[in-house]
Amino acid sequence: MSRSLLRSLLPIISLMVVLGATFYVQPRTMSYFGLNLMLQYAVPIALATIAQMFVITVNDLDLSIGPFVGLVGCISATLLYTNPLFGTLVLLLCIAAYAAVGALIHSRNLPSIVVTLGLSFVWVGIAVLILPSPGGKAPDWLKSIMGLQTPLVPLPIIAAIVIGLLVQLALMHSSLGVIARGAGGNPRAMERAGWSMLKTKSIMYALAGFFGLLSGLSLLGLTTSADAHVADRYTLYSIAGVILGGGEFIGGRVSPLGAVIGALTLALAGSFLIFLKISPDWQIGAQGAILILVLALKAPLTTRDVSQ
Amino acid sequence: MGLEAIRLGGVEKSFGAVHALAGVDLRVAAGECLGLVGHNGAGKSTLMHILAGTLSPDKGEILLGGRQHETNWSVNVARANGIRCVFQELSLCPNLTVAENVRIVHGNLQGFGWKKRSHDLACAKLDEIFPGHGINANDAISDLAIGKRQMAEIARAFTVTDIPLRLVILDEPTSSLDAVTAQQLLAFVRTQVAKGTSVILISHLLGDILGTCDRIVVMKDGKAIAERPAKGFDRQSLVAAMGTDLTEKKSTVAKSAEAKSAAPIAVRAKPKTADQSGELIAHQGEIIGLAGLSGHGQTRMLLQIYAKAEVEVTAPLAFIAGDRQSDGIFNLWSIAENVTVRSLRALKKHGLISSDAEDGLAAEWKKRMGIRTPDIHNNILTLSGGNQQKALFARALGSEAKIILMDDPMRGVDIGTKLEVYEMIAQEARAGRTFIWYTTEMEELQYCDRAYVFRNGAISATLSREDLTEEKILHASFAESSAA
Repeated sequence: MSRSLLRSLLPIISLMVVLGATFYVQPRTMSYFGLNLMLQYAVPIALATIAQMFVITVNDLDLSIGPFVGLVGCISATLLYTNPLFGTLVLLLCIAAYAAVGALIHSRNLPSIVVTLGLSFVWVGIAVLILPSPGGKAPDWLKSIMGLQTPLVPLPIIAAIVIGLLVQLALMHSSLGVIARGAGGNPRAMERAGWSMLKTKSIMYALAGFFGLLSGLSLLGLTTSADAHVADRYTLYSIAGVILGGGEFIGGRVSPLGAVIGALTLALAGSFLIFLKISPDWQIGAQGAILILVLALKAPLTTRDVSQ
Repeated sequence: MGLEAIRLGGVEKSFGAVHALAGVDLRVAAGECLGLVGHNGAGKSTLMHILAGTLSPDKGEILLGGRQHETNWSVNVARANGIRCVFQELSLCPNLTVAENVRIVHGNLQGFGWKKRSHDLACAKLDEIFPGHGINANDAISDLAIGKRQMAEIARAFTVTDIPLRLVILDEPTSSLDAVTAQQLLAFVRTQVAKGTSVILISHLLGDILGTCDRIVVMKDGKAIAERPAKGFDRQSLVAAMGTDLTEKKSTVAKSAEAKSAAPIAVRAKPKTADQSGELIAHQGEIIGLAGLSGHGQTRMLLQIYAKAEVEVTAPLAFIAGDRQSDGIFNLWSIAENVTVRSLRALKKHGLISSDAEDGLAAEWKKRMGIRTPDIHNNILTLSGGNQQKALFARALGSEAKIILMDDPMRGVDIGTKLEVYEMIAQEARAGRTFIWYTTEMEELQYCDRAYVFRNGAISATLSREDLTEEKILHASFAESSAA
């Protein structure tokens, strides 16, 4: 019992440790402005992590979420800026594409890793066609939303809490969320109970597309101009965020709140390494090391399932 | 008999060349407990899957309450008509709680307050069937012991929201229950039956079947071969009904039992799956059969021997998988690569694999096993199922292994291939190889020098060649009752 409690507390403990270390190295970050600056990129990362979490819930992996976020940025900085109606339509089409990919992966029994890896090049390709060189303009409403100065608590923290709670409620506490998690836990049992796995997977992929879309929009609101490659790293971040947050690759065991916390931890770890004056060349490696450390801590806490 | 709950008429189902059901007629009256018994491959589980709607019959009709149902038979139609099923391999989602698992089978448990309703439903049914069960409906299934999982699944099958229960099918429901909870379940089945629900009970515990059921149907080779009120059967006659005519089939394989038992011991093992069990001993050159109902520890015994866990093994081992698709073949490789993968070490030349030696070995075994292919470099999937299995035999027999473990390798293989392989096994055994052979088919045991019958993970009987009759195997496979 205490072990499972410890396991569920691990994400928040890791966040606190990284936050504490950051405050220690750079005490000036311990302010409204400091936190806002440090955490603003956590919002798109958190949204991409939630997107990834929906795919992981049904035992798949999405290796195209980063390029997809980049594509959304490119569409929004061009088509949505010049022609909001047409832009919206194209963005909705992107979500439909995600749902179709989920249906394809299920009905043809394809490995999601291979399909989404291939798709990641498709997304980048389309993004480059739309916006050959970095540029474009973010719609003003997007910039003002992301630049909002909320009283007392900085926007990124409020946004993270709201996103986490909403998804937590939908996936962990609603009656339909049970079906989604059950599909990851024992797909055969779900089919025997009369649920369509095709439908479930399509919906989960569509949700992933939707949150990928939100991630792309929020990122564009911060950067104000787009680049096809701006979010390539998000693929890895999102997977790491889900796992850091207590999720598992298979078995439908995920935690939306945990995933958001995991995303915050990763975003903070980036800032922390900058404050340590570690050269950018080493940062990815250092982030990887932090990740391995946390996962190593998690391993002994994971009770082995006595499956038959 | 009273009103009819469900009737199957002339139901047939084939999987490739295997006729799982060859025209079954089955009638279940409302408020009746029907016992279904039969040995491996008799068609019990296929029949159950058809009733539950997870398989659709190739032929035949399904009538509910005397009426033909209108739409295609499917899981949802079956559920909408109050048919529930507890499968032997559990159908719970381990990552969800007991209450959430209840929610999965009830489409109308939604909206505000579903969690509480689902929780209350689970608790009430658990309390009703298994008083003092000690299960918290908010526990995740993965945190429960196997016995409690089974209790949760059984209770779930009996929960009712909007559709009244018509028929509940219980497949080996007591396999993980202790004596007390098993008796609680059987008593509950009787009260449920008295209320008008029908129950089909499948169990290897004949005492439970005889004591609980109103009527017993015996299945064999995809047919219902005997049907009587439970009072018309006793243990002896039930076992006799399951077997063939007891005229013994004489094996064509030459015997030299005495000479073999004098040979040195090749394997000595005791199953770890049970506290008390007999010991398995295989001498060099013997063919040892592992018998009993499937899933009673035979495969685990083989794996334990393969892992050499607390097992005495005197020679190199090779394993022939029964589940070709998941454990046996490498889908993307050629036939030659599939055959030689076990022997790569012996095919080395200057530290690299010699492709000449590889082809030589594959070609030799293609000839010896009679693998039907124009070119051994074709992909393994170009072969028929039987020939794929031959390739797996070639992989093991072509290696240096002296002890061959076989995990029911003849599943779904045509009879021609089987006879060829049996001959091969006999030949190799004469040459000094030891075979440990888990088989679900009675006839295959005729090729064995000795058989160990497994029940609940333990060796329940050791039958020497003279004792290897179907009746004795059935006796050792079916226990008296769950209380025993």
